[in-house]
Amino acid sequence: MGHPALEEFCGDVTMLRPRITPCLLVKNGGLVKTIRFGNPRYVGDPINAVKIFNEKEVDEIMVVDIDASVYGKEPDYELIRNLAAECRMPLCYGGGVKTVEQVEEIISLGVEKVAISSAAIGDPQLIAKAAEVVGSQSVVVVMDVRKVKPPDAYELFIHNGTKRTGLNPVDFAKTAEDLGAGELVINSIDCDGQMKGYDLPLARIVRDATNLPMTVLGGAGSLKDIAALIELFGTIGAAAGSLFVFKGSYRAVLINYPSRSEKDALVPRACQAVV
Amino acid sequence: MISIVDYGVGNIQAIANIYKRLNLPVKIVRTAEQLAGAERLILPGVGAFDWAIGRLNKSGMRGVLDDVVLSKGRPVLGICVGMQMLAKRSDEGALDGLGWIDGEVKKFDRAAPTQRAYLPHMGWNDVEPRCQDCLFKDIGATGRFYFLHSYYFAPNDQKMILGVTDYGGAFASCVRAGNIYGVQFHPEKSHQWGIQLLKNFAVM
Repeated sequence: MGHPALEEFCGDVTMLRPRITPCLLVKNGGLVKTIRFGNPRYVGDPINAVKIFNEKEVDEIMVVDIDASVYGKEPDYELIRNLAAECRMPLCYGGGVKTVEQVEEIISLGVEKVAISSAAIGDPQLIAKAAEVVGSQSVVVVMDVRKVKPPDAYELFIHNGTKRTGLNPVDFAKTAEDLGAGELVINSIDCDGQMKGYDLPLARIVRDATNLPMTVLGGAGSLKDIAALIELFGTIGAAAGSLFVFKGSYRAVLINYPSRSEKDALVPRACQAVV
Repeated sequence: MISIVDYGVGNIQAIANIYKRLNLPVKIVRTAEQLAGAERLILPGVGAFDWAIGRLNKSGMRGVLDDVVLSKGRPVLGICVGMQMLAKRSDEGALDGLGWIDGEVKKFDRAAPTQRAYLPHMGWNDVEPRCQDCLFKDIGATGRFYFLHSYYFAPNDQKMILGVTDYGGAFASCVRAGNIYGVQFHPEKSHQWGIQLLKNFAVM
């Protein structure tokens, strides 16, 4: 017997598919990729990247403005409007979102989901207020998590990984669910840019404590890492930055994404594991 | 000519861009005057039920919209919350829907044994067409569409269901009553399958 979620997922071939999501970081209007939230390296133009990802039929896309929350800047609505118009796949925007009015503005620009992080951790009621206006399905809570010394093992960080919160990610995930979040994104600061695989134990403790769609970010270095995540969790979001913007051991910038047949191959493997 | 109703909700520009790429005439309408002569309409939607219908009611287009769709019988396609607004009411809100299709919008019951799946229903799922030509022409049962919702349209007449999707139980992912169509998924965000569906709506 396998994991119940996976049995349900595999029991019916028409069941909801896992989502494989490129996560793009924006800094000074350009795309960057970080390592452990530092060393941002310029990798291209956001609109151009979206055009390439359109052709590759990506499942969805996440764009995070990493300047906006740190410097307390207003979201760049012009950029968001242009991204939403260009995307032929669902778009999740994050960065600098602090108020319900901003959430409303971003959704009205044609974005499907808004990610909130620091502001939601500072004032969890923001989750409830945003869900009331735009609906739970469009409210994504991003948790940046770092390993710490026991007994907690993990702690939530804010402001692009620079500030401790003293909060346990599992407790906060439950709070976010209770307040009406529609999705949790678990981002491992330790694994960011390492390309050595996801923090699966972290994903497990959050998954077991909540009943929301969940996306795991940080560490994917190959499709095998994504396959390992799907084998454990069935329908889940697998997000990655480096994997989809770099190619080869020298990390040459080359936007890439699995083909439809490569993606489909990740699913039966997961189901075979249950039998 | 396709007219996309811009009441400040939903991905208007992405839909318009798809029609432009298909070389099909499209315009975005924002006033009652612009809406009055519409031949074929798209009613987009993202967000909560009351938020969306509240904005539509305040847009100044509501009266003309009823006239164009109900009196003149122009084809209309509601997308996501735009589909849910076609119902009389929703579990999600207190405001009345448009009431153009007899039915209501219900919340998935996570406690029910057949619906143990996580909510919201988020991601790529299949649609089993219940019609030969219509919206699913050249798509058939192979289409994949992007869903993002916790509520679903429950029409009172099963004959109104044009497409069915399974998420811990079957629900109506596409409905039709005469000239009025609705899809729960986002065709404008569903790559080639969504583009084909939008094309089908424009030329049928």
